[in-house]
Amino acid sequence: MTAHAEIPAVALPLLREEPTGGEEVLLTDESDLELTDRLLGPLWRQWPWFKYALAITGLGTLVLLLALTYTVLTGIGLWGNNIPVAWAFAIINFVWWIGIGHAGTFISAILYLFEVEWRTSINRFAEAMTLFAVIQAGLFPIFHMGRPWFAYWLIPYPSEMNVWPQFRSALPWDVVAVTTYFTVSLLFWYAGLLPDLAAARDRAPTLWRRRIYGIFALGWRGESWHWKHYRITYLVLAGIATPLVLSVHTNVSFDFAISQLPGWHSTIFPPYFVAGAIYSGFAMVLQLMIPARAVFGLQKIITRNHLDNMAKMLLVTGWVVTYAYIVEPFMAWWGGDTYEMYDMLVDRPLGPYAFVYWSVIFCNCIAVQSLWMKSWRTSPVRLWVVACLVQLGMWSERFMLIVTSLHRDFLPSSWRMYVPSWVDWTILGGTCSFFLFLFLLFLRFVPFIPISEIKEMRHAKSEEHARARFTVGRVEAPAAEVSRA
Amino acid sequence: MRSGIVAEFPTVESLENAYEALARAGYTRLTTWTPFPVRKVLKRMPESMVPWIMLAAALIGGGAGYLIQWWCNARSFPINVGGRPLHSAPAFIPITFESAVLASSLVGFFVLLGFCGMPRLHHPVFEIAGFERAMIDRFWIGVDDTDPAYVDQVSEQLAEMGALRCERIARRP
Repeated sequence: MTAHAEIPAVALPLLREEPTGGEEVLLTDESDLELTDRLLGPLWRQWPWFKYALAITGLGTLVLLLALTYTVLTGIGLWGNNIPVAWAFAIINFVWWIGIGHAGTFISAILYLFEVEWRTSINRFAEAMTLFAVIQAGLFPIFHMGRPWFAYWLIPYPSEMNVWPQFRSALPWDVVAVTTYFTVSLLFWYAGLLPDLAAARDRAPTLWRRRIYGIFALGWRGESWHWKHYRITYLVLAGIATPLVLSVHTNVSFDFAISQLPGWHSTIFPPYFVAGAIYSGFAMVLQLMIPARAVFGLQKIITRNHLDNMAKMLLVTGWVVTYAYIVEPFMAWWGGDTYEMYDMLVDRPLGPYAFVYWSVIFCNCIAVQSLWMKSWRTSPVRLWVVACLVQLGMWSERFMLIVTSLHRDFLPSSWRMYVPSWVDWTILGGTCSFFLFLFLLFLRFVPFIPISEIKEMRHAKSEEHARARFTVGRVEAPAAEVSRA
Repeated sequence: MRSGIVAEFPTVESLENAYEALARAGYTRLTTWTPFPVRKVLKRMPESMVPWIMLAAALIGGGAGYLIQWWCNARSFPINVGGRPLHSAPAFIPITFESAVLASSLVGFFVLLGFCGMPRLHHPVFEIAGFERAMIDRFWIGVDDTDPAYVDQVSEQLAEMGALRCERIARRP
């Protein structure tokens, strides 16, 4: 346990980082044992801040439960929803949360298929984020029903009523897509965890922890047969999670796109939504990862290279959504539909919700341009600020899309303003607390850096290095010795 | 592996060399326990069937998803919505796809567990003191004593190949 960083004051490590980072860091002179102990360290140590953080987020979760109970007992009239803005906060938050989840699957599945190496340090983290974000997302449609105890009516089960869900509507698609997404993410995450839970079992300092991790490891032994089946199953799961993640947000966008409303009725929605989802998801990964790596002293595992790469992903997806922001009004003008033109060209930039529109443009299109500078991409503090702005921007984008399209549709006589109520805000804040609460528990009790994958990658890299040395003719370091690193 | 000799190796390379040597010597029932997958070992093993089972599950799941939608909306309780077709294939595609993914990943995960013999919280190899390092930084190889090529001298051979130690797992009555 030599390289074990002492718990630092929160802000300190942000300032005292090594100027460069990169793949070399995995070739530290730690042994595999030391590496394992360092990565498992957070599970065995007492973190003094942990109970306070857990208490605060736990309190927030309690407030969420109270607000939901109040809603269920009284009715969703407590929310700001009205006619014509019937969807409002519930669907804004649903789309926002589920979008956040998508970066997790993107990192863990899509980047896995493309064999992107920097994914390895952060994938577990991002997958957990996916799971917890989908849980928050799921709450909104269920409580928006008003009678959440009938939520099971959405499942086609043989009942005495003999009425089935209407599968030609986009809403049951959503139910199936989100349920599938949650299940597949959970399985993928758990499958990836098995070898590390086994490592935790075998390094646990007390009998009880050994038992608990032993139960969750399901008896993983790292046998050759285990690995053989495991590798290919993981690969195939990644392969099917890839179209899944694209399909889920496509389905979410169908809720809007297949309706007739100006501002929603558009074929650009599926790719636009998927890009926006990955955009906000990467922002959330950064928002969580930057503090966590500082607190747990993981600068050598989650390097500046990781930050740099993720910042580039932000920049790319940021430009995709910017493109969509440009194309949408253009198509409205080109199509010549009066209502759509009014919505896109007048109501959004100049109407009563113009401040939302302009904050979207500022956060999503302008602030992110600072990431062209490498100094911004690799500075944890600046990157974190940009990620927060992007997150805010993406939430505002959903507000803009949903509220401006609904509040002024075809007939001026049915126009109406929408203002969220305090219950709306409480539930939104509550889900943020609940999300962080789950995430803290995850950081505390689950090996959140994929240890076995890192060891495998280290081994492959040291082999590569050894080979490179031999090819340039420097024979002084035999391969076996180098790869023992 | 139920009984035989297991040997501990300090590095991946020594394990790989020992594995290759034993395989060349005609051993077929070899098992390794490693903290991460070892490419040379996996290459010598037959391919896993899990992907094919997952494919079958995807086809069955997707088919079932489509049939359920068709049965519900076109047969059992048809509702005319603005004259739209009751059996509407484009509208059924999203759920068909999702059910295929759901079925194949659920089946894949549980078949993986089944093929690995999990959950099984205890195994004879766990009784070897120090075996838990197999999850951390040590590499174990096992020679099954039911292997036709098995000879008792295999432990000496393993020691020559660089094994730190050899242990015997006895068959249980």
